Amino acid sequence: MRKLLYGVPLLAFLVLAGYFAVALNSGRNPSEVPTVMLGKKMPEFDLPALAGGGKVSSAALRGHVVLVNFFASWCVPCRLEQPLLMRLATDDKLTIIGIAYQDKAPAIGKLLADLGNPYREVAMDEGGRTGIDFGVYGVPETYVIDRTGMIRKKFTGPLDPAKVETVLLPLVKELRRP
Amino acid sequence: MMRVLLLLAMLLAPSLAGAVEPGEQLANPALEARARALGETLRCLVCQNESIEQSDAPLAHDIRVLLRQRLLAGDSNAEVRRYLVARYGDFVLLKPPVMRDTLLLWFGPGAVLLLAGAGVGWHWKRRRKAEPQALTAEERERVARLLRDTEA
Repeated sequence: MRKLLYGVPLLAFLVLAGYFAVALNSGRNPSEVPTVMLGKKMPEFDLPALAGGGKVSSAALRGHVVLVNFFASWCVPCRLEQPLLMRLATDDKLTIIGIAYQDKAPAIGKLLADLGNPYREVAMDEGGRTGIDFGVYGVPETYVIDRTGMIRKKFTGPLDPAKVETVLLPLVKELRRP
Repeated sequence: MMRVLLLLAMLLAPSLAGAVEPGEQLANPALEARARALGETLRCLVCQNESIEQSDAPLAHDIRVLLRQRLLAGDSNAEVRRYLVARYGDFVLLKPPVMRDTLLLWFGPGAVLLLAGAGVGWHWKRRRKAEPQALTAEERERVARLLRDTEA
């Protein structure tokens, strides 16, 4: 009985070490907030368009598989993913809606002139309210929306080629299937 | 003495300062106090260990403004919290709610304390059982001899 008690600290250590090993090797980013929006309807929005004085609304997206990309001119990682978005828009014929988060039209216009415009439409979310409705807590964030308007996937932070090849494109292909 | 007090005041000052800007405040002091108390319980998603009342992040500013608008519109504290939890999850609450996933978090330390207490109690009980035995004749003689030697 006594001898067994000496094993208790060792056992406790092994249990803790096991937890740490699993948590450290899971590849999970602890500062990433798990989204609760998956499988929910995309929040409604009706925002002023970047140019032309029109509106960009969520209702107009019904029936299409779209990417909703929150970005800003003041956001450095957004520039990083811009070439990838360009490729998705041209090569993969993806519909990308840009929502300019807490930004002004002239700055966004300059950004798109410099780096190219992958967006079918750009909506201005100056007050950040639509961002809050989506649960955005930093830019860039990218949401995959299916034909029924449901959020199927969220990417926090810039997209990279690996995420695009292994997750994004297969999902879009599946969602596009009639 | 004055120096110590001054130092203490300087050390404490940052903890009293909020990030709420004058333009964000509500005209009604009671409602503003409610907004602050509520904001203290909400996590800023950008600088994750600060409340939205403390944080200077633009998102915290937006949520502070939103929170005040909802309060003005007559929402209860619970309604405002539900609104944010629906978008950001329970993570937005600085104090995690008691639910299945957080049972260990809430009651784990108490359980560990109880277990440890039970262990200590068990140990003491065993120690008390081992009461001192009366000395044998041989031992008494040895004690007497030792005492005699030290006195000599």
